[in-house]
Order: sequence, then structure tokens, then C-alpha cells
Amino acid sequence: MASLNVRAALLSVSFLILALGLWEMATQPPEAQTGMTEYEMLMGGADQESRVPPPSAVIKLAWTELSNPFYDAGANDKGIGIQLAYSVYRVLTGYLAAMAIALPIGFLIGMSPLMYKALNPYIQVLRPISPLAWMPLALFIIQDSDASAIFVIFICSIWPMLLNTAFGVANVREDWVNVARTHELSPIKTALTVILPAAAPTILTGMRISIGIAWLVIVAAEMLVGGTGIGYYVWNEWNNLDLASVIFSILMIGVVGMLLDLALGKAQKLVEYKE
Amino acid sequence: MSKSFLEVDGLSKVYPDGQGGELTVFEDIRFALEKGEFVCIIGHSGCGKSTILNVLAGLDEASAGNVVMNGKEVKGPGLERGVVFQNYSLLPWKTALNNIVFAVQARWPKWSKEKVKEHSERYLKMVGLDHALNRKPSQLSGGMRQRVSIARAFATQPELLLLDEPFGALDALTRGVIQDELVKIWEETRQTVFMITHDVDEAILLSDRIFLMSNGTNARIAESVKVDIPHPRARATIFQNPAYHKTRDYLVDFLVNRSGSALPEKDGSPKVVEPAKGVAQPEPAAAEPETESETAARAVNA
Ligand SMILES: Nc1ncnc2c1ncn2[C@@H]1O[C@H](COP(=O)(O)OP(=O)(O)OP(=O)(O)O)[C@@H](O)[C@H]1O
Ligand SMILES: [Mg+2]
Repeated sequence: MASLNVRAALLSVSFLILALGLWEMATQPPEAQTGMTEYEMLMGGADQESRVPPPSAVIKLAWTELSNPFYDAGANDKGIGIQLAYSVYRVLTGYLAAMAIALPIGFLIGMSPLMYKALNPYIQVLRPISPLAWMPLALFIIQDSDASAIFVIFICSIWPMLLNTAFGVANVREDWVNVARTHELSPIKTALTVILPAAAPTILTGMRISIGIAWLVIVAAEMLVGGTGIGYYVWNEWNNLDLASVIFSILMIGVVGMLLDLALGKAQKLVEYKE
Repeated sequence: MSKSFLEVDGLSKVYPDGQGGELTVFEDIRFALEKGEFVCIIGHSGCGKSTILNVLAGLDEASAGNVVMNGKEVKGPGLERGVVFQNYSLLPWKTALNNIVFAVQARWPKWSKEKVKEHSERYLKMVGLDHALNRKPSQLSGGMRQRVSIARAFATQPELLLLDEPFGALDALTRGVIQDELVKIWEETRQTVFMITHDVDEAILLSDRIFLMSNGTNARIAESVKVDIPHPRARATIFQNPAYHKTRDYLVDFLVNRSGSALPEKDGSPKVVEPAKGVAQPEPAAAEPETESETAARAVNA
């Protein structure tokens, strides 16, 4: 009896083959016809062009794109790698900025019931705002589309990190804080050697949620601001009616999102502890 | 009047009772500890033992009264007072060794890494855990965790050690083994210890004096019972000492029949009682206080 993993892998592959096969069949051009209808002749045969491409076409495209992902042939013709790199760069910049603010403020809120009570109403109002709703304001104030996209990432990744940090810090077991107190640790030392490691798993959970949201939002943000990035790329290929490229970039968005999540998952493993 | 090492004067703790009134858990607690003494405190659940210990530790504040140690008033926690908590309170992301290193570094920030490590390992060895240095608390049994916790407290060599039911969560067998270890490590270090327990036998084995608390509310430390059994003691042989039974009977009688109504002296200090006074010790005049069987038991334990 093969192990569960092997069986699961076999099943996964069969599902893939089945799905690709159905897709391929569903997107075959109609049987070679003796002639075109009048309508088709009027359309110059364009209807066939605008069909959803079969997987074989997508795979072929993926092959050419991935064998030279970083080519740069002008503003509207850059390799998928370059576009993804722009998006990842924006996500990481906004994300790190959010981290730099969310972690200290989260600590403050978690340590001080007063600050919690004082800041909570603002957080509760700001948190449910769709990050894209900030875009016009950001564009007006910052006057720079790239920075505005980064700002939108900043604003959407800050909340899960902030709330999880505050929650993690506030719920550090009192015994561990007492251990720090009986050993006369300074507040800074207590924060770094006791509270931070104790709250780290909760904080990392927040960071993992944030990176997921940031990656969701960047695609939409780049569709709005244009210029570069995977979001812009998808939109641009749609305008070109190059559906194979659209499908290919959708898959790449999924792959990169998964990699970002995996990285945070690894970090989470590092700080986990069992009580 | 010469000052004692630790003086507790007029301590009381008042909580709001939830209906607009007040609830006095204990009041006018007075006692003194001398350097090198081992004192246990026994009383029914809820009378305020943990609260008193936390006040001594500086982790809690009394509603009235003060605590003076070495002539200095205790305000807030400090390294000169070590605490062993009932639930071990080890940092779960650190190994057993690093939990102790953490404390030793806090105590002596100027020590070199090697010295800190060597010192920490020595104390882990004292509680028989030299094979588990690099295990995390989650990989240790309850008894082993409590040993690490005890080693941590002793390793920082506090002037006063505070133990809140350190063996409360352990099974009887493990409890006995660790009691022996505590006896051993205390004989070596002769630190001043203040310990809460619910176990009369444990109190007799370990203490020089046992404080008996009356029931709350308005609990007091009513009596201070002297344990007239010479050190070193061993769990396996202590019951052969006639003083042991006298003391034990006295304590049980207090807890069962008198803890509701017992009161301290008029001046608020505990009544001093010596239930085993005049009981012939096995070899009372001998300079060597150990009986043969005690020696044998210690050899077995070693
Ligand atoms: N925050 C609080 N508000 C009101 N009453 C409290 C509060 N904290 C503790 N008490 C009361 O103080 C009393 C003393 O508690 P404490 O934990 O010191 O008892 P204890 O003697 O250690 O009991 P045990 O042997 O069960 O550990 C209890 O009766 C408890 O109900
Ligand atoms: Mg208690």
C-alpha cells in the first residue's frame, strides 16, 4: 500500500490531467468547415481568435515567457519576471513600512490598556475600509502613482499586524512577565527577551495574513495606476486580447502568492513554541 | 531589640466584595524570619497565603503594613528575592539550560558567557538534570520542569527564596524525590526559604518553623510551631523520630479543629508553640546528630 503522500500526489496529477484535457477539448476550434458564414466573413474570422485559448497554447506561451523572463523591450513589452519583480517590490516596500509602524504601536496598545482604549475606535473605523478606497486620496496627496500603490499596500497590511501584535502582547502569560519582573529586567529587555518571543507566533500569524492581503490588493492597485507590475500586465494583455497571456499571468500571480505565504509560514515555524 | 533579617509588620489585604463593601482577606500579619531559616506556612485554601508570598516577592501590594528585608523596605520585585511558582513559569521557547542562563545573566550581568554557563550547569546537575540540558520545557515531565524551576531560583542565590506550593501539581512519588532534592540543595546552600504547602509531612520534613494561618476572612498567622528535629533530615527515616509524631499531631489538630477560631498573641505576633519540647531525641547529647539509619538513608539517596 503506497503511503498517503504518494497516493495524494497521484490523485493530484490525475485531476490536473483531467482538467487540462477537458479544457483542451472544450476550446478546440470547430471542425474544419467547408466555408465561412456571412457573419464570420464579415468578422474576418476574428471570432476564432477571441476564443479562450487551449492549455497547450498557454503552456507554449509559458515556456517562451519563462525561458526569458527578464527581457525588456519597451514600456509595453517587458518579461513576466520584470513585471512580477515590480509587484513584489511594491508589496514588500509597503509591507515593511507597515511592519515598522504596526509592531511598535501594536506593542504599545498591547502593553497599555489606556492606549488600547484610546486608539481602538480609530482602528475599528479605519480597518474595514477597502484599501482601494484610499487610492484617489493617495494619488491626490502623493502625486505619484507608484508611491500611491505602495501606500495602498501599506494601509492594507497594517491592520492584521497591528491587531495581532496587540493581541499577542496583551495575552502574554502573566507568569512569564512575573519572571522578568523578579529578575529585574529593564522594560526594553523585558519586551525583547520575554514579551517578543512569547507573542511572536501570534505576531507572525498577523504578518502572514497581511502578506496575503497585500498580494491580493497589489493586482487591483496596479490595474488602477498602470505603468508596470503584474496587475498592469494582466490588464494590458486583456486590452490586447491576448488571453493566453492573461491566463498565464493569473497562474503566475497564484504561484508568487503561494511562495510569499510559504516564506512567512517558514518564519512562523521558527518562532513557534509548545507550552 | 535586634532587627531580624526579614520583618513583616501589620500586613493586610482588602478587596472590594463586589457589593459595594469590603472584604478583608487577612489582616495584621506579623512575623520575622532569621537568616538561614526554612519556614513553611500552612492554612486552608483561600486564606491568603499566595497573596502574602506575592507581597513578599513584590509582585503584589498589600493594603496596609510593610515588609522590611535587611533594613530596607520591600517595594516591587527584586533579584535578592527569588520565586518558584506553582506552575513552574519556565520560558517555553528556551531550553532547560537557557532558562537558568537567562536568570544567571540577569543576576550577574558582568559574568563571561563561559562562567554563566558553567554556573547554570552546576545547579542543573544539583537537581539531577544534567542529561536534559538542551530540552525544552514541553519535552520535560512536570517533575523535571519543577526541578529546573528550583534550580533557577537557587542559581541566582537570592537572599530570600519564596516557594508557592512548588510540589502541588506533582504526584506523590515525584513529590517525594524532589523533596529529597530540595533538602539536599538546602543543606548545601542554607538559604533563607519561605514556602507555602498544604502537606503537613512536607512541612515537617523541610522546616525549622511552621506558621499556621487561621481561616479567612480576616485570617491571621495564629501560631508559629517549632520543629524540634535536627538537620540533616531524610524522608525515609524522619518518621522514626518521636518529635515528628508530636509535631504532626499538633498540626493536624490545628487544621482540623482550631483553624477557625485560633488567634495570635495580643501584640499580633504568632503564638510560639513547641509541641515536641522535651521529647527525647534519639541521641540527644551526641555531637553527631545523625542516627545510623539516617546515615544509611542518605547514602542510599546520594
Ligand atoms: N482580585 C481579587 N478580588 C477579590 N478577591 C480576591 C482577588 N484575588 C484574590 N482574592 C481572594 O483572596 C483570597 C486569598 O487568595 P490566595 O490566592 O492568596 O489564597 P491561598 O491561601 O493562596 O489559597 P490556596 O491555598 O487555594 O492557593 C481568596 O479568598 C480570594 O478569593
Ligand atoms: Mg495559593
